[in-house]
This record gives sequence, C-alpha cells and structure tokens, in this order.
Amino acid sequence: MTEQQTADSYNFAYLDEQTKRMIRRALLKAVAIPGYQVPFAGREMPMPYGWGTGGVQVTAAVIGPEDTLKVIDQGSDDTTNAVSIRNFFAKTAGVPTTDKTAEATLIQTRHRIPEKDLREDQILVYQVPIPEPLRFLEPRETETRKMHALEEYGLMHVKLYEDIARHGHIATTYAYPVLVNDRYVMDPSPIPKFDNPKMNDMAALQLFGAGREKRIYALPPYTKVKSLDFEDHPFVIQKWDDICGMCGADNTFLDEVILDDVGSRMFVCSDSDHCNERQAAGHRGPQNGDASYTPEAAE
Amino acid sequence: MYVAVKGGERAIENAHKLLAEYRRGDQNVPELDIRQIEEQMSLAVSRVMTEGSLYDKELAALAIKQARGDLIEAIFLMRAYRTTLPRFGYSAPIETSKMQISRRISATYKDLPGGQVLGPTFDYTHRLLDFTLAANGESEITTDEADTRLDQNMPRVLDDLLRHEGLIQPEERPENEELETVGDLTREPLEYPANRDIRLQNLARGDEGFILSLGYSTQRGYARNHAFVGEIRYGEVAVELIPEELGFAIDIGDIEITECENVNQFKGSKSAPPQFTRGYGLTFGQNERKVIAMALVDRALRDKELGEEIIAPAQDEEFVLSHSDNIEATGFVEHIKLPHYVDFQSELELVRKMRRETTEKQAAQQAAE
Repeated sequence: MTEQQTADSYNFAYLDEQTKRMIRRALLKAVAIPGYQVPFAGREMPMPYGWGTGGVQVTAAVIGPEDTLKVIDQGSDDTTNAVSIRNFFAKTAGVPTTDKTAEATLIQTRHRIPEKDLREDQILVYQVPIPEPLRFLEPRETETRKMHALEEYGLMHVKLYEDIARHGHIATTYAYPVLVNDRYVMDPSPIPKFDNPKMNDMAALQLFGAGREKRIYALPPYTKVKSLDFEDHPFVIQKWDDICGMCGADNTFLDEVILDDVGSRMFVCSDSDHCNERQAAGHRGPQNGDASYTPEAAE
Repeated sequence: MYVAVKGGERAIENAHKLLAEYRRGDQNVPELDIRQIEEQMSLAVSRVMTEGSLYDKELAALAIKQARGDLIEAIFLMRAYRTTLPRFGYSAPIETSKMQISRRISATYKDLPGGQVLGPTFDYTHRLLDFTLAANGESEITTDEADTRLDQNMPRVLDDLLRHEGLIQPEERPENEELETVGDLTREPLEYPANRDIRLQNLARGDEGFILSLGYSTQRGYARNHAFVGEIRYGEVAVELIPEELGFAIDIGDIEITECENVNQFKGSKSAPPQFTRGYGLTFGQNERKVIAMALVDRALRDKELGEEIIAPAQDEEFVLSHSDNIEATGFVEHIKLPHYVDFQSELELVRKMRRETTEKQAAQQAAE
C-alpha cells in the first residue's frame, strides 16, 4: 500500500496496490505483444460495466500523483460520463485534471482520438466494449483465440470482400479493424475510422482496457497500425462537405447538430478542446456569429 | 443558435439529489429501517447476498434500501464493495451434512432416514393476498416446539443413500485436490473450457432469472435430462478457517445456505454406463428456485464429462457462463443509453451514402429501360 490515502480512505486511485500490480503485469505483456488481447482479472468497479470500467482500471494502474488527467467521451470533456470519470480520479487520486490535450500526461478516451498530435510523454487509454475484432464473425472465444494464434484472418477478409461485392465499398465506419505490427488483427475500440490513421506510428503509448470482457491490449509508441483493406479498394476516411460551424476547421471529425425540426443542421468539431483552441486563436466558422465563443458564455 | 454542451457536472449533481428524493419517497411516511429489511425482506436479502457473492445481511439490507428495492442494483452495490475487501484466506469446505436443518426434503423417497422436514416454505400456501398484513393487523406469531428433536443423523440422499447401490454418478475427488486449489473467478479471468468449480461459482453468482429460464429450457426438451430433486436442505452451517500458523480449523461463524442435489436419469453414452447423474446448486440464505434451476443447468453443462451431444443453449458452456452475470449484462445492455453520437454520425454518413448509391443505381436502371 502506498502511504497516500485520499480523504475517503480509499487507496490512491481507488484500486488496491495488489490489483494495480496485476493490471500492470497484464499491461507489460500487452506492450510486449502489440495487439494481443491479454486476459486480466478485471474487478468490479463502482461504475457499471459499459461505462468504461476497463479504461478506468487501466488509468488507475498507471496514474501517478504527478500526472495531469484529461477524460473525453465522444471527443468532448463535458459529456456526462467524461465528467463523472474525471471527478472519480480527481477525488480518489487527487490529481490535477485538464481539458487541454497538450497539458495532459494521461488521456482516457471513449470513441475518439484527439485531433492534436500526441507526444512521447503522453499515454492514451481507450475504453473498449468488445475487444475481439472477430467476435461478430465468430461468437466463441475458444474459436477466436485459436484464429489469432494461427493468424487465421481469412474470415475477416471475406467479410470485407463481401461488403465490397454488395455495396461497392467496405460498410464499416467505426471500430474498423486494424492489423498491428504485421501480426495481430485488433479492434481499435469504437473510434470512427477517421481516427484510425492517427494510431499508426503514434508517439504516445496507447493502452486499451475492456472491463466486462476482462481483456487488456496495447500499442507501444511508434507501432505500425494498418487499417485492413485491399489493393484495389484502399482504406479511406470519412470526409464532410461542410466545415465546423464554430471554428471553420475542414480537417476534423464533425458532429452533426440538429437545430430545429425542419431539417436545419450544422456541423461542429467533435473534439471540443481542439475547437475551442482554434476559436481562441481567432478562427471562425460560418455559424459562429459575432460574439466570440467561450465555454463560459455557453454555460 | 447552437450552444455547446456544457454544465454536465452540475446536471449530474442535481440528478443525484433528485434520485435521493425519489428514493426516500413521501417524507411523511416513516423511513425504512435496515433491520426491518433484514428481518422482513429476508429472501431479497438472500438473493442480494448470493449474487453479490458476499455474506452480510446488514450490508445487503443497506444495499436494497439504497437501490430503492432494485435487486440488481443492490447486487451491484455489494459487488463493488466486495471487490475492495482484502482476502485473508480461503475457508475449509463447508460440511452440509452437519447442517443445522431448518428444512430438508427429498422428492425421490417418500420417507427416508431423518425424515421430510418442511420448514418455512411457500409450497403449500394458497396464494391469496392477506389483507391483515395490509392493515398491519398481524397478531403475535408463535410456533409450537416439536415433540421430538430432529434426527441428528440426517444422511445426504445422494451420497449416503443412493450411493450404496452404485447407481449414482460418483463425485470423484481430484487426486491432486490438496495441490490444486479451487479456482476463484473473482481473482482470475474466466477462461474456456472452464472446470466445474468455476462453472458452479459462475452459476451461484449468476442471475436468478437467467438460470431459472435456462433450467426451465432443459425441462422443455432443450437438452432434456429428466431431473428429480434428490434433496434440498436449508439451514445453518459452520464456516471454518485453517490459519497457517495454527494448522487446525477454527470456527469463524455460521452462514445460512440452501443446497440442492438433483438426480437425473441417464441412458448411458459411449463413455459412460447407464446411471443416475447429478446436478448441484447452492445459494446463501434461502432460495430454492435458484438452487433447483442451478442444479439443472449444472447437470446440463456436464455434457462433455458424460459424452453427450451438445444440442441446446443450457449445455453450451461459453453461452451460459458468458451471459449469466447480471451486473455485466445490465451494464452492457444499459450502456447504449450513453452518448454514441460519434458512432451514430459515422453510421449516418454511411446510410446516406448507401441510399444515394441505391437511388442512383435505380435511376440509371430506369433510364436504361
């Protein structure tokens, strides 16, 4: 046990040191075999399965008092679950938290990778619902483990091929499977395929925690991550005809916002920190009006 | 005008306040006491302790109160608390043959050594609403003491009675039992194929409704194994711990449990002769529905051991064990109410694109015709 106990008398970052050691062992193994799913004895956390218990356990195992934590859900720091997880660590670990991607040493995320490039001194922790990329092709764990062991990924290629045969393109837009280090097919968690290229050769360490399924996997810095495709049907990311209504960005993942019940819409960066930063630097989108946007004004 | 989503923190805080108010209900009505729940909702307490896999009536009662009577939420509270507790050891196996019996029945014999002891059961009540309870008009309840004491020798039906004839499947003690400790699925990840110790743990923690339905499915022909209740016993057993520094067992307290052993007709397979096979169920407190269903499912899952063909969900280890835990299930089922707009945005783009392509194709076809 560390000496550091929070006011609530829980151990630093909630988990006991033995559990953290168990998770760290799984993490080390995961880093040593990029893309391989390491079973770990996931604990029941004080939030429900499906709310990010895997990511929370990984964060709890790697966080230190000197860390600065950022938590995003769907790209935003202000979605309710991101707020809840950030408060959990602010309370149990007493670490400083931030909205700024650049200021964070540890970022826990659900369904997005920040737009800003991450650095070597940062760690990105993903919350993962279904870690097995082959699960929807083969529901049995005993079978999928064998398929990974034998590098038998034909089924996945057949699925992608069938998509092309039927629709003319691959009909997967998020949780788009990747090949890691030329060896393991991996589920990138339900990030949009827009974010897949950011995983490749990333300077930051990427850790993945699936609490309910009790699996951990990892991408060490500068790992080769290739989205599955075919020579004649190369992988492409989503593109929008619109730009961000607030900051005018034309190269970010945009969320569609419904403005009324007669079909008026606008598009806004899903990465709220990136959008705010651009606006602070004077960038304006078409729907931003005259008043400069500040989170405080919006509150 | 679009306003960025902000203020989640305050919204959460207010939601929690409102939840507390709803939990309390009309404040002119007296507040429930934990002891009242413990004493008067004892079967809810049993279930929460079993599926929460923590034997503590007071905490279970607290969890039920805090969860507004939602038992799965209460089970979740127990689990989340349990996982923070240190382990100071594993108990010696409990001896259910030495149980202080409150109830013991067998469906396979009319009478048997030790007798049929009905105990507290709903079995023969007529399900008529008792309006005296509604009026809180219950008079003092007294029960008569029996003329004869319960037989101290209360043999277990399957092990002590049926075994004489050699007709029942023997429960083999593993040769290396001393070395091979019983698995603990709260400390190790569940891996397949699982052994029976892990399977039974999983079923004991598993959702009562799920186990009930699976057990029921075996009776309706999905892996039928025609079962009878060999014995149900409910009562108190001592829990013993053997501290390393002492080297002998010390009694650390009594727990109430319900135990069920089923006997199943078995016509034999390539690898096993015709015999009666068995299924086992155990819960904390009193819960006969769960133990009987659990014993049915346990038996169904022994298919490999008995060389049976796997034809039904209840026999399918991965299917049963992966989906029995109601805390995992409720979490994942309910999580789809969390924001998914990034994924949905991606789907929107895709569906629009696919519709556009279909329309274009149709238009091209029509133009060609």
